[in-house]
Amino acid sequence: MAFIRHPKDFFAGLIFIAFGLAAIIIGSNYSLGTAARMGPGYFPRILGILLLVLGAALSLRALKIEGEPLPRWYWRPVLIVLGSVVAFGLVVTHLGLVLSTIGLVFASSTASPEFRPKEALISGILFAALAAGVFIFGLNLQLPLWPWSN
Amino acid sequence: MDLISHLALGFGVALTPVNLLYALIGALVGTLIGVLPGIGPVATIAMLLPTTYALQPVSALIMLAGIYYGAQYGGSTTSILLNMPGETSSAVTCLDGYQMARKGQAGAALAIAALGSFFAGCVATVFVATVAVPLSELALKFGPAEYCSLMILGLIGAVVLAHGSLLKAIAMVVLGLLLGIVGTDVNSGAARFAFGVPELIDGLGVVSVAMGLFGFAEILTNLEGTEKRELITAKISTLWLTKQQFKESWPAVLRGTGIGSILGLLPGGGAMLASFGAYALEKKIAKDPSRFGKGAIQGVAGPESANNAGAQTSFIPLLTLGIPENAVMALMVGAMTIHNIQPGPQVMTSNPGLFWGLVVSMWVGNLMLVVLNLPLIGIWIKLLTVPYRVLYPAILLFCAIGVYSISNASFDVSQTAAFGALGLVFFKLECEPAPLILGFVLGPMMEENLRRAMLLSRGDPTVFLTRPISLGMLIAAAALLLLIVAPNFRKKREEAFAAGET
Repeated sequence: MAFIRHPKDFFAGLIFIAFGLAAIIIGSNYSLGTAARMGPGYFPRILGILLLVLGAALSLRALKIEGEPLPRWYWRPVLIVLGSVVAFGLVVTHLGLVLSTIGLVFASSTASPEFRPKEALISGILFAALAAGVFIFGLNLQLPLWPWSN
Repeated sequence: MDLISHLALGFGVALTPVNLLYALIGALVGTLIGVLPGIGPVATIAMLLPTTYALQPVSALIMLAGIYYGAQYGGSTTSILLNMPGETSSAVTCLDGYQMARKGQAGAALAIAALGSFFAGCVATVFVATVAVPLSELALKFGPAEYCSLMILGLIGAVVLAHGSLLKAIAMVVLGLLLGIVGTDVNSGAARFAFGVPELIDGLGVVSVAMGLFGFAEILTNLEGTEKRELITAKISTLWLTKQQFKESWPAVLRGTGIGSILGLLPGGGAMLASFGAYALEKKIAKDPSRFGKGAIQGVAGPESANNAGAQTSFIPLLTLGIPENAVMALMVGAMTIHNIQPGPQVMTSNPGLFWGLVVSMWVGNLMLVVLNLPLIGIWIKLLTVPYRVLYPAILLFCAIGVYSISNASFDVSQTAAFGALGLVFFKLECEPAPLILGFVLGPMMEENLRRAMLLSRGDPTVFLTRPISLGMLIAAAALLLLIVAPNFRKKREEAFAAGET
């Protein structure tokens, strides 16, 4: 794809175009109304068109001006970190705060190039105690502490 | 003598034991995250926002504000001792602060950073108190058309003064506006862009968006490389200045305070812009600019005073006009909405205790921060020896619990993770997330005011041009845009930011 001379701008432009198109297409289900009495579709339509134009300008300009190549994308930290956070959200009411915290801390620690299993386990236990103290006993959050506390 | 009675009211609120406690917590947390590289005030405030539900509104705001200006104190410690910005607003402090530390003057650099910040904090507090009343009186005269134009001016200003490509920043603002209107339309009750998901009918949460774009994305980028830290601790002998150093630095503190207060007021401004601006100024007026980057004390004194002044004066547009000018202020809007306070000029009249209590708490908080940062510096330095591999799981944990607790929904946690991924994509493509979060907060307000303005004018869009205040603001916005296209200004803007990057 040698014709793309500024890949960062080019792909950023594509993202904006995609959001703009989505706004226009999905937004076409909402009534536009008139300028004096705007319906729920009026403002999103303006924004969608604006985003489309800006994205197109950005992508087209990227064919003319030079820019750096795209930086590398590392899947490992993304999947581990975001995955363990999502998992925490899903299991916390079932497993309780303590076990979920140890799980989150340990699992997310594996994303670091300097991962040390023992240290991660210990800090997981410490953070679990801290989180329980601050959030459950201090701030009274409605979260079970253990799997059987429901 | 209104000012004195206002301040007296403020002291009455700020000095209650509860509010002193929350100011202290804010200052402590702010210093902590300021010292720690890899977590900034935006992510922290997003993280703590849900915990403020249970507090009095004024205590909540006092604590969150303390985090922002507290981070300005803490950030300098890391810059000076580690040559690595604890906060982006302390990035320029690395240049001369670290060089001073290498020459054995770390104590002096830390002292001037804290004292300069304190001085700037005191001046900025008075500045906020004096400017706020006339500005909010002006703002009370605004109709929907003026508000709409004001928001456009604010957003354009934020974009012009932001770092990086103008086109991308504008697109990010528009995307933010669009994300901001996801959910139920207040006028028609139609659920927009909700895809039938019940959680989306209430709209996207500002906490999720900010935490994902700033907090998670930052952790993900930090995990890509291994860290190299070289801490200078052995060389801190005395935490004080020599007479010569004092003489050299006080004019820089004054200049930094002045330029910081003004740059903090501008849309898009705040602590970061203030410190960059102050460094550029110091270098420009110095008799011997070549000393900069080699340990010139003015290069620490100016920016460190400026970032604290800027952090505080950036509250002015929020408190008087209801317009947030940077990402931190966008979150403050979120904090106020949680407590059913509509930010804007009416806050001062309808809730004077809250307004003046917050202003005075800034001064109280600054006093606490000097104590926290000078005599207790040793504790913070110890913190820097905590490796990142231990730190980031803790940050993730507090983010996850915080966002979960907003409405006890795992959906919110997944949504935050999704914004984390989007944030990383934007980071790789060099799209700054700050304009997006501003647009996000302003989206619903802008739609509402646009609707009202057009309804009042019976659909005539020229209303924005025929009302003088509105016209003035639109002209200012256009001028800003023209300014940035002008090659001269463009070069200056790039130079100012480049100073902090090398």
